[in-house]
Amino acid sequence: MSLTDTDKAAVRKLWGVISKSSDAIGTDALGRMLSVYPQTKTYFSHWPDLSYGSGPVKKHGKTIMDGVALAVSKIDDLKKGLLELSELHAFKLRVDPSNFKILTHCILVVVATKFPKEFTPEAHVALDKFLACLSLSLSEKYR
Amino acid sequence: MVEWTEQERGIINSIMGSLDYDDVGPKALTRCLIVYPWTQRYFVAFGNLYNAEAIKTNPNIAAHGIKILHGLDRAMKNMDDIKATYAELSVLHSEKLHVDPDNFRLLADCLTIVIAAKMGNAFTPDIQGAWQKFLAVVVSALGRQYH
Repeated sequence: MSLTDTDKAAVRKLWGVISKSSDAIGTDALGRMLSVYPQTKTYFSHWPDLSYGSGPVKKHGKTIMDGVALAVSKIDDLKKGLLELSELHAFKLRVDPSNFKILTHCILVVVATKFPKEFTPEAHVALDKFLACLSLSLSEKYR
Repeated sequence: MVEWTEQERGIINSIMGSLDYDDVGPKALTRCLIVYPWTQRYFVAFGNLYNAEAIKTNPNIAAHGIKILHGLDRAMKNMDDIKATYAELSVLHSEKLHVDPDNFRLLADCLTIVIAAKMGNAFTPDIQGAWQKFLAVVVSALGRQYH
């Protein structure tokens, strides 16, 4: 399920609208994930505070969305564009890939709450496909 | 047996009570057919599903979306035994409709997105958690009688 030109155009268009809120989206999505899917907290046992909206959650939410922004800019070659992030996730972080789907779902929910008009079914499918391709690129070097 | 807190019951009843089934049902089903196009395989007899516009304006799809929400209403009214409430529906989806149960999860996710869009910031993490727990039980019950 690779990205068509229509998908890429839809992602760029949606990103143009939502990117100014990307920090807030990241914080909300990560916070939701830790709350709704408690098993994901196992990756953050080194944080002093895992509560919704805490300092570490805000900071990391921004980090994640900066990664998404990078991916949008490299949408024509995600594998090459995300090489560093891919190696980071494979050799250092080793996040089980099932969690990418979970975070993706939370990002979609947050975009829906904040941008209900823009998040049409057409925008939804493009963003979902894009985040799936992003996730695949992140797990590229796992084995 | 699934344990529900009073808070969770309240959340589910409140969300369902706030929904216009005639609006949300069609929105959720059409979103599912657009976002996960392979789900269209079950609706070949419903007429034109050629593109997103056709799906959104298809009256058979809209009617079915409403039917689905009324089915969910039954689960809400029988929260302490959704498994038994849905036994017949599960058999129907398995034996007659031959629906891959993974599709129930896809539709559930689309319904969650539609409700999130409607509720905005009011769709807090706690509310999302309770709502997704409810849908997970529904999805599980629908797949229970498959063999």
